[in-house]
Order: sequence, then C-alpha cells, then structure tokens
Amino acid sequence: MKLIVNGTTHDVAAPPAMPLLWALRDLIGLTGTKFGCGQAFCGACTVLVDGAPTRSCSVPVGAVENRLVTTIEGLVRNGKDHPVQQAWLELNVPQCGYCQAGQLLSAAALLERKPRPSDADIDTAMAGNLCRCGTYLRIRQAIKRAADIKDGRVTP
Amino acid sequence: MTTSLTRRDFIRVSAAAGGLLLGVTLPADAWRRFQGQQQARIDPTLFARIAPDNTVTITVAKSEMGQGVRTSLAMLVAEELDADWGLVRVEQAPFDARYGNQGTGGSGSVMEGWTQLRQAGAKVRAMLVSAAAQEWGVPERECSTEASFVVHGKSGRRASYGAVAERAARLPVPEQVTLKPKAQFRILGKARSGIDVPDITHGRATFGIDVKVPGMLYASIERAATFGATVKSFDAAAARQVPGVRDVVQLPAVANGVVTHAGVAVVAENTWAAMQGRKALKVEWEPGPHANESTPSYHEFMSQAMNRPGAETVYRVGDAEGVLAQAAKVYSAGFEAPFLSHATMEPMNCTASVKGDQAEIWSPTQFPNWAAGATAQVLKLDPKNVRLHVTLMGGGFGRRINPDFTVEAALVSQKLQQPVKVVWTRDDDLRHDFYRPCAMHRLEAALGPEGLPVAWRHRMSTPAISATYGPPRDGGYGKGVAAGVGPELPYRVPNQVCEYTLLPSGVPRGWWRAVESTHTIFALESFIDELAEAAGKDPVEYRLALIAQVPPGQSEEDRKYPFDPERMKGVLRLAAGKAGWGKSLPRGHGMGVAVARDHLIYCAEAVEASVENGKLRIHKVVCAVDTGPIINPDGARAQLEGGVVQALSAALKERITIAGGAVEQRNFDSYRVLRINEAPLAIETHFIETDTEPTGMGEAAMATLAPALANAITRATGKRPRVLPLEVAAT
Repeated sequence: MKLIVNGTTHDVAAPPAMPLLWALRDLIGLTGTKFGCGQAFCGACTVLVDGAPTRSCSVPVGAVENRLVTTIEGLVRNGKDHPVQQAWLELNVPQCGYCQAGQLLSAAALLERKPRPSDADIDTAMAGNLCRCGTYLRIRQAIKRAADIKDGRVTP
Repeated sequence: MTTSLTRRDFIRVSAAAGGLLLGVTLPADAWRRFQGQQQARIDPTLFARIAPDNTVTITVAKSEMGQGVRTSLAMLVAEELDADWGLVRVEQAPFDARYGNQGTGGSGSVMEGWTQLRQAGAKVRAMLVSAAAQEWGVPERECSTEASFVVHGKSGRRASYGAVAERAARLPVPEQVTLKPKAQFRILGKARSGIDVPDITHGRATFGIDVKVPGMLYASIERAATFGATVKSFDAAAARQVPGVRDVVQLPAVANGVVTHAGVAVVAENTWAAMQGRKALKVEWEPGPHANESTPSYHEFMSQAMNRPGAETVYRVGDAEGVLAQAAKVYSAGFEAPFLSHATMEPMNCTASVKGDQAEIWSPTQFPNWAAGATAQVLKLDPKNVRLHVTLMGGGFGRRINPDFTVEAALVSQKLQQPVKVVWTRDDDLRHDFYRPCAMHRLEAALGPEGLPVAWRHRMSTPAISATYGPPRDGGYGKGVAAGVGPELPYRVPNQVCEYTLLPSGVPRGWWRAVESTHTIFALESFIDELAEAAGKDPVEYRLALIAQVPPGQSEEDRKYPFDPERMKGVLRLAAGKAGWGKSLPRGHGMGVAVARDHLIYCAEAVEASVENGKLRIHKVVCAVDTGPIINPDGARAQLEGGVVQALSAALKERITIAGGAVEQRNFDSYRVLRINEAPLAIETHFIETDTEPTGMGEAAMATLAPALANAITRATGKRPRVLPLEVAAT
C-alpha cells in the first residue's frame, strides 16, 4: 500500500491492521516517532494526519493510505525549523527527549488551530502528551514563544 | 604512537588519526552505592580527542537519560582544556573496563568527575601548550590558551589545538597540573543547552528502541505475570501461523542477583508481527510461591509490624522507650507509601547479537558494567567477548540500573544465533519493573518543656530493595532503608530508637529516583510539622531550632562530604524567604515546607497549594538547593523542575497494587502519571553555591516535595493526609 509521509510516497508491505507507528518505524525506518503505550494514552507516537494530531499507535495503516502524514522528521519546511522547534531549542525544553516528537507535533497542530493559545488552551491541547521527566513548564513557555515566533512578533 | 606511562594508574596517551587520546583514573569508591553489581577489576580511563580540524571530541562514560550528563561532564573537561565550546562534540563511551565505574545513578556523575575530568582537560591542555612552545622554540610559560588556540603573547603567534595535537600526543603526560580558580571559569557556571537537544527536536536522536542492525529480528516476550511463576507448558502453534512470525523460544527465570522472569518469546520480522504472534500464544503457568501476596496482605503485615518492636534496631541513642513510657503525652503518627513504577516513557528494550561465543549488545542501560557482566554470567560467555554499546535512554530514574532487559535480549539472540531487538509493551514495563518499595512508618515523640522532642521512636517496615538481590550486609537491611532518618536524623533529639522489620515479598524492588528518601522523608517531614503544631511553633523556626550536627557514618562519602547543619538551615531559610513564608494567603490556600539532605544534597521546598471544591491546585513550588558549585545552571534548573513534577506525580497519583502476586496496573489509564494540566503553575529554583566540591542534582528535589505538599494541604484544609498518593479531603 502507498503511504505519503513528509511528502514522500512509500510503498509499504504492511497488513492493513498494522498500526501506522510500526509501519513508520520498522518498515519505512522513520524512528523519530516513538512507541510509548500502544493505546493512545501517552502521546509519544503523535504524528499529523492531514494536519490533525493523531496517535499513530492506534491508527491502522490501512486507514491513512493516501492521506498526508507528517512526522517529526518532516516538521522542518524548506530547510527552516518550525517555530515550535525554534522555541524548543531556545528554551532547552527536552530532558531525555523521548516524548518530545509527540509534544512538538501536538504543539504545532495547536498553533495552527489557535495562533495565540491561552494557558488553558495549552493545558487542554497538550494533556494527552505525557512527559515523565517533567518538562511541562518549559513546554508551556515554549508554545507561547513559538506563537510569538510564528506571527513574527519576535525572531529567535 | 604510544608513550609509556609515567604513573601506573593515571594516564594513557596515544595518537590516533592525528588526534590525541587521554585517559584518567576514576575512583572505584562509588561502587558501594548500589548492591549486587559486578565488582569488576577496574582500569578506568576517559578520553578527550582533538582532530586536525580543531574539533574536540569528549567521550562521556556515564549514561544519558535526560539528566544532562553528556553536557555537564563534557563541560568539566572542556573548561580545563580551555576548549571552544562550539567545537566540542560528545561521544558515548561503550562499556569498557578502562572507564571504571560507568554506573550512572545516585546523583553521582558530577561528584565523581569533578576533579578527575577537570584534570583530564588540564593535562591535555598542558600537552598542547608544550607542543606549541616546542614548535615555536619559546618557553612554555610564555604561552597561554584561549578557546582551542595556544597563544604566544610576545610574538602574537597562535596555533589551533588541532594544528599541534599530533605533536602533543607524542609528549609525556604531566603528572601535576594546576586547576583554574573559579574566577577564571569560562564554561562552568554558564548556562548551556543540552548537547542532544538539536537531535531530539529533529527526531534524529537514537534511543535504545531505535537501534537497527543488519539482519535484525524483533521479539516480544510473554512473561509470568505472577512473580515467581514458571512455565508449565505452552502451545505456540497458533503464534507460528501469524504472518511474519519466525520463531518461538522459551526463556528461563534467572535468579541470584540478576532477576528476570520465566517467559516465552515470539520472534518476528517486525515489532507488530511479534506482538500479534504473542497474543496467539497459549501459556500455562505454575503459580509459584508468591501467588497469594497482595497489597492488602502487605498492608496487614506492615500494620502489625508497627505494633511491636522491629526485627532490627537500626539506631539507638539514650533511652527512648524509658522516656516515652514516662511521658505525659506521646505524639504518634503513621504514614504509608505504595509501590511505584518508574514508567520511563521509552519502554524497556534491548538489541543483542549473539553468535557462538561472541556477543554484541546495544542497550539503553544506566549500568553497562552490570549489564555486560550479567550477560556474560547468564549466557556463560567470557566477559571479554561481550561488547556493549550504550544508547540514549528515554528516561531512566533508576529502572535501567537493572540488567534484566539486557540479559533477556541476549538470551533470545543466543537461542536464535541472530540479532534481535526485544521491545517491551507498556503492560510488560509496568508489570515487570523493579519497584520503589511500599512502606509503612510510625513515628512517636514526647516533647520537653520548650516543645522540642526529648524522645523519638521510628518504626519502619518495607520490603528492602537490597533483599531483592541477596542476603543482608552489615547484619540487616534496615540501615539501607533509613535514608535521612535513624542514624541520619538531622534533628536534635537526646533519646532515639529507629527500628525496621523486613516485609517479605516476591515483588522485585529497585532504585526509583532518590530511592528510600521518597518515603522516609515524607514521614519525617510530615511528622515534624505535626510536632511544631503541637508545640505551637512556626514549622520553619521549629526546624531551624532542631537542625543539629549528624555524626558522620562509616562510608568514605560521609567523611568526605560531612553533614553541615548551616547548609541545611541555609536552604530552608532561602526557600521559605523566596516563597514569602508567613505572608497572608488567599482563602483556601496553604503553604508547607520540608527540608532534607539526601544524596549529599541539601534541599528545601516550599509549596503553595489550594483546595477548592475538592480540587487541588499547586500554585507555586519554590525549591532551594545547596550542592556546591553549579556546573550548568540551565541543566540544573531543569533537573529541579523535572524532579518537582515527577515527585508531584508520585505524591498525587502513582500507585502500583498487587493482587494474586501480580501487578494490577497495565497502562497509563490505571497507572496514572501527572499530565501538563495538573503541573504546578510556577516552579522557582534557587541555588546556594557553597564553596566546596559539588555533589549531585538529579535527585535533589525528590524527597521534600511530598511532605511540603502534605504540609500545605494540611494548612489549606485542616486535614492531614498521611498516605501516599495523597488524598485531598473535600472542603
């Protein structure tokens, strides 16, 4: 079947029931998307499907054929870091980093929906992404910073 | 080219690819901290390498799990090397006995590396200066260094380190070097971003689970859910029919210090196929000796233990029993804590390739020495034939000290004679952890005329961590449990007794970030607040009046880093002051404090919380730490912020329960951990940089958060929570 990931079409020999996560990681070799819980509780596997944050561990690969999948590897556009990446770097957000691909993609999707998210917007949009190292306060700050970068109020 | 050593235990230099290699001895004394590890003969070395293009590659021999050790240890070397930080690359050391203690835990990496790693940098720098001076025909003393260049001030000549590295590598290593005074630091004490942060934010960082080696298969293991159960029989016919499944192999339980569980591994062409094959397995289990153990049975045992003298007397001074028996009033309180899982975001995993008598392993391990040693032991391989690469870890928190996941992967690969990656599911990870022990405490005290305690009895019961790995040392398990209490009690009490009773349990126990202090300090710092209230004293003033000298113990660390009551008072005053202790708070708000010295780190926390309609909100946590000089201020702050959040998660949400000798929690729906919407609104961190050798940071904030929060909740609601996770009474 054909999977479109970060603008590239991949021919993947996967049973349709295989979760997108394992097709990305084991078959295509894009390991930036992480396995955390397998049941959509932790958000480590978050990717964007047609722009919407999606838990790739719980979506069968058959359901996303011919849809646009964006992973952490595809967040850079035209050689330029996405504003959330710029803000994450600036505020030194990650600790172990394992959950951060999911955090970044959830944050990027939030900013598409709400360019100036409130604290409550951030807590609601990000509550599905666990971080065991406890980087939550920096994530809150970085999303606000990314919003500023995105609408040109500041340059990183 | 290799020069001969000038001092047996010090240094090794060789030129490789035009670069310079340097090794330095690390002390072996940090081994004690964890029991059950392999005590390999140590020939420790650590390397710094300079390439002709002037990049500096610093090899870090400690494991990175988010605590920033690949940044902070590299900073120690780079400072004395006088390197340009922008030219520094970091390379992860594989397991190699020459690096000495590669075990990463106990907040010990900077403490161990402080002198040795700076000396390593200083010696390389001295050799580079010598090489440049020789090349220019000028005296060394006229040369200086700046940002990866040697400079001759008089002539204005400059040479990059890369340009003189090859010549430097042929020079003898100096025996003595003078380390920089703090005022000259250019790198230490300045905030640096994590060295791996760019890779992480672009999805390029390679964690254990991301390892791929040619010809690799994937395995998923069905383990005995009941601790101690064994495989009676299994039927793999259906599993073998699942597309992609290649093989099914049985695994024995390993014991004797290395704990793995009986199981059946399904090996397949990809992770998903292995998991599907595993679901099709039919396994019959022999339940074993622990099948009747449960959280209620443990609670019953510990409750009874609280009512009688402990099996071990951990500490005794004066006549606590006599004074308590005569006292007009005895204050008493009981505290309880559950088993906890580490629940690292990256589930356990390991990739192994065993062929014949050779093994190569890629493991996200905190203890490569133990992982490699245990693999050799269990697989019956010559230890020198076990090569082990250390990967990045998606969290460690002490879980990855144990070698179980490494040994298992190696066993599967040995049976297949093919490379295999074993990936644990979240269910596997939560149900086969090495848990923070459950615990019960009872504290009793009689107060003197000034309201200060004159007699003190502390009874503890837990399944000791060390009992998982072997028989007791030093005559019992209790001393290892009594972190910050018993012989380490920082409060002046003339008559004390501390007792311990082992709770027998089949649940494997391990080192959960900050270890025993996560329950001992909860009990102590809650109780001291209760006594302050009984005495009608301010909790901060009460503690300041009681903090006294703790006599040093027998260990080398206790002698090298003696307890300093003034530092403990200092962090308490700082946290209270910055939090605005004593100010009037909005209705429904309460502030609590707690202080401890844990892992040689002085930490006080002040928590402001409110409870409205039964809903708890953490408004602010102020954390004050004295661990000596700070290496990387931003990394240090991150460790405290993260520690506060993780400790808060444990204080409010986390609880492993046992039924039928097995863990009941199977995913994050039942093992709940703190989410962003429950995080504190603000965390403030403050440092007192006492002019001493640094100790640690990773565990600093863990012990005092829960009692500070319990004390805040008590002040907000009038009801004291004494059981973890804390239940908040509706107001």
